Amino acid sequence: MKPAFLASAQPEDTGPSNGLLLRLLSSDGPRSRALAALLVVIVLGLAATPFLFGGSQPLGTAAKICVFIALAASYDVLLGYTGIVSFAHTMFFGIGGYGVAIALDRLGPTWTSVGLGLLGALALSAALAAAIGLLSLRVRAIFFSMITLAVASAAAVLASQMSTITGGEDGLSFQLPHQLRPAFRLFAEPVLGLSINGRVLAYFLVFFAALAVFLVLLRIVNSPFGRVLQAIRENEFRAEALGYRVVAYRTAASVIAALAATIAGGLLALWLRYNGPDTTLSFSIMIDILLMVVIGGMGTLYGAVIGATLFVLAQSYLQVLMGWANTALTGVPVLPDLVHPDRWLLWLGALFIISVYAFPGGIVGHLRRRH
Amino acid sequence: MADPIIVKPALETRGLTIRFGGHVAVNDVSCGFAPGTLTAIVGPNGAGKTTYFNLISGQLRASAGQVLVDGQDVTNLPASARTRRGLGRAFQLTNLFPQLSALENVRLAVQSSAAAGWSMLTVWNSRRDLIEKAEAVLERVRLSDKRHVTPAALSHGDQRKLEVALLIAMEPTVFMFDEPTAGMSVDEVPTILDLIQDIKRQGHATVLLVEHKMDVVRSLADRIVVLHNGALVADGEPASVIASPIVQEAYLGVEVSHA
Repeated sequence: MKPAFLASAQPEDTGPSNGLLLRLLSSDGPRSRALAALLVVIVLGLAATPFLFGGSQPLGTAAKICVFIALAASYDVLLGYTGIVSFAHTMFFGIGGYGVAIALDRLGPTWTSVGLGLLGALALSAALAAAIGLLSLRVRAIFFSMITLAVASAAAVLASQMSTITGGEDGLSFQLPHQLRPAFRLFAEPVLGLSINGRVLAYFLVFFAALAVFLVLLRIVNSPFGRVLQAIRENEFRAEALGYRVVAYRTAASVIAALAATIAGGLLALWLRYNGPDTTLSFSIMIDILLMVVIGGMGTLYGAVIGATLFVLAQSYLQVLMGWANTALTGVPVLPDLVHPDRWLLWLGALFIISVYAFPGGIVGHLRRRH
Repeated sequence: MADPIIVKPALETRGLTIRFGGHVAVNDVSCGFAPGTLTAIVGPNGAGKTTYFNLISGQLRASAGQVLVDGQDVTNLPASARTRRGLGRAFQLTNLFPQLSALENVRLAVQSSAAAGWSMLTVWNSRRDLIEKAEAVLERVRLSDKRHVTPAALSHGDQRKLEVALLIAMEPTVFMFDEPTAGMSVDEVPTILDLIQDIKRQGHATVLLVEHKMDVVRSLADRIVVLHNGALVADGEPASVIASPIVQEAYLGVEVSHA
């Protein structure tokens, strides 16, 4: 039997969509069996991680995947849908992280602090994104990218200099609200063999929040507004001539993407119980997000899911995998050195170059074309 | 020479001028366009016809002079705001959304005139009314069978039709056509001309038409305005304008080499 979300999912299929799942996906289904299967595996895998794997490392990896799915999806709204190249996306990610971290550090480990920190961060992000957008989205695309680069660098310097508030290069470690601490038990008895403690609750908070962010973004890109963004990407001159105020739409897209990135940053800080320049602000994260979106497939949003999952998995397990290969190949000349765990970054780079060459439209573009 | 405008013009330019460095591309053009009339704007290549259009629809900003829509000054408004006030423009060089389907191209124009662009939390296909309107427009330009084709894959003639479809879908009060039949095959031209006739017959629309083909101008225009070197040199009834010496000299000499 065909899954419900494959039933009526051609991009131009104009019939009102019936399936509940397709409605949840804003009529924008995967439109490829392979992609649908891959997405189901990822979502179920992430939901089941606490039940399937013991230890903290798999759960940490899963939480990181959730956060980066939301972050990469929000970047895709800019890059893939609107055609804006911004390098300031990690700044908004960092604002979310610092908002939660500073509030919990200063105001104590309560839910009110989490809420206030996140709200303050969202307000700051929205104001900054709107200001950057209105002031600089009129200029040519390349200058806009340069401006975002400058603003992001300034923000990183600011965060490390204001060490009394931000903890400087060391960042901030803080306590979480009672319900999210490892010692907290939701039920006296284990569920499905798993004791639901504060860590598991924190994981599901991250999981469901990231899922919600993704679904809201999916709705926005499939709304009349989202269609205007695509029109602007295709031909901004004609979009303006049709009566759409291009600068206003682009600014709105920037603000939406910034808000989603802020939430992702807050989630990562909550999960790590820490926020610092290296976890949310660094430029290397910016490059990671860019790669996730490009490898997954720009302008599809599902590409962010695939890209983020593959990227984080590779980052977390490629080294381990190579360690095994290295041991297995002992005695063979040259090869063990080539797959030595220390060379993992080289292989990660090689993998990305190959995937960009093999799938110019990203993995999602490739899967949908075969269909 | 110009007929006095008795009806309040739907569109008017007063002393409209643009200079590019030392070159004056449009020079002090004052002209009103009454509702329900079709005015052909003719002139040799480089006369400033498309530049005049760009000044009216807002793609270029005037160095001097004013553009008025329904008596209101829009000179300082961006193109998008002028469009929302009823100025609709089809472009000479096909100017579409290349990777979006023909239907989606038209739907975006319908969506703009319905002011639905800021709706963020509804799914686009829940607005059946917009889709049906877009399909009706595609039917009018005879492109229904190509609704799922992207402009990049359409023939030149079909791209021109889609360009006109976008203009119709915007439901403007002023229609500006910039050589709508340029580069079309002979058998496709009547479709476009019939559409322009249709729009004209509805009565209240103001139509501006830049056109090189004199037979088209003769059959459609209520009035002809002649631009030469950026200046308005003749304005009036088609028969008298075509007969005037300045047109014979300035325009028809070039027209012969074009025909």
